[in-house]
Amino acid sequence: MPDAMPNLSQAQRPGVEQLPFEPRIVAFLCNWCTYLAADLAGTSRMKYAPNMRVVRVMCSGRVDPQFVLDAFAHGADGVLIGGCHPGDCHYQEGNYKALRRYRLLKRMLGQMGIAPERLRLEWISASEAERFRTVMNDMVEHVRALGPLHLTPAEEILAEEVTV
Amino acid sequence: MAEKPKVAFYWCASCGGCEETVVDLAEAVLDVVAAVDIVFWPVALDFKRKDVEAMADGVILATFLNGAIRTTEQEEMAHLLRRKSKLLLAFGSCSHLGGIPGLANLFDRDSVLQCVYRESPSTVNESGALPCLHYKDDGHTVELPGFHQTVRTLSQVVDVDYYVPGCPPTPRILRTALLTLLSGELPPKGAVLAPDHALCEECPRKESKPESLSLSQFKRPHEVLIDEEKCLLAQGLLCMGPATRGGCEAPCIQGNMPCTGCSGPTSRVRDQGAKILSSLASLVEGKEDAEIDRTLATIPDPVGSFYRYSLPSSMLRRRNLVDESNCQTTHAR
Repeated sequence: MPDAMPNLSQAQRPGVEQLPFEPRIVAFLCNWCTYLAADLAGTSRMKYAPNMRVVRVMCSGRVDPQFVLDAFAHGADGVLIGGCHPGDCHYQEGNYKALRRYRLLKRMLGQMGIAPERLRLEWISASEAERFRTVMNDMVEHVRALGPLHLTPAEEILAEEVTV
Repeated sequence: MAEKPKVAFYWCASCGGCEETVVDLAEAVLDVVAAVDIVFWPVALDFKRKDVEAMADGVILATFLNGAIRTTEQEEMAHLLRRKSKLLLAFGSCSHLGGIPGLANLFDRDSVLQCVYRESPSTVNESGALPCLHYKDDGHTVELPGFHQTVRTLSQVVDVDYYVPGCPPTPRILRTALLTLLSGELPPKGAVLAPDHALCEECPRKESKPESLSLSQFKRPHEVLIDEEKCLLAQGLLCMGPATRGGCEAPCIQGNMPCTGCSGPTSRVRDQGAKILSSLASLVEGKEDAEIDRTLATIPDPVGSFYRYSLPSSMLRRRNLVDESNCQTTHAR
């Protein structure tokens, strides 16, 4: 199955100067709370780690576990899901669904040899720009400490060496 | 008399169940034999690889290849049959998605060989011998196929025209696939030759599936006396029906066992395991971590349950070879 997205993996390539490791974080932020917190952090000119690629979704409950796996498969070192605080979901229950999926997905990532810490769920309301900044900085530092996620790139699996 | 179209069957990393499907065509197998010439079928007919090599390229109308690709020999045969066939069909779960052998992608090559040749309780191997590519003895060299690190689906090795799902595909699905090919009205390339709806759509217990569900425990089939009429999910059984393609006519459900997902996902889903995780987890009751985790702990092996047949075709394809599972999780959640 052809992959639509280019592979972003930071695998060592000969002849390319190696820059220090900068974690790539894909952040799925809910439209009603965490995205607005990120927006507020921006308009308030807060400074925080620039490692995040934001994907705005209508609700944290919209974050299909496929999105998370696809991000990891395409070179993300960490994935953040941001939603409204419990009880505050614009769609009543979406954030609880996100929480339940997240608990199971983390366990499954461990089984797949991926540090569960690379996936994080946070409740950040529209007014909590400061909290957004803290979470971002904290997550970037944790993922930096873990190092790059070195999944075997698909093309390597597909054209594989053989030895026994 | 016009020459009959040629058909071949081959097997790679598989159990032989897919071959059984051909036999299970029962009387219909006579119609098949009347309509086509079977030119290669190692499980039943005495043709060899050199017979296939001697054929002109593209001379076989369709090859039904079952089994995943693990060894260099399987890979060579896949390339050879691809060249000789107009149409190549991935036949059955292993070839389509990776299948049960694909669960070996949770381990690396060395631990698989260690386990099989040295550690398993039934193994007697006093010298600790492991398979090797070339072995010299008494002036002769014996060669064995190489063993890849990762199990792959057929389409990850060669171009595949169609997929026939199931572990094994039901005789009805095989018959429909054969008739479709012989009719000359071919579906678009890459199609899965089965209906494109979830199993729940055709489940005989569909009516008893509640509008909403809230589960505090997942039960395994041996832990509960299963009601023969009621939706299995509603009884707390881990049923893959919502994330699995239909068309099999639900033989497992009719046998009072939950669906294990062998037909793979529908065309709208790329990763079957992630999708059933999404579906099942959202049914869990509770709004606190501890309560949710208590319920989820009753699924002892998420990857083995959700990707039983589809790990090599999943987004991650295999367990990370750089094992991070012992990394300190300092962050509370």
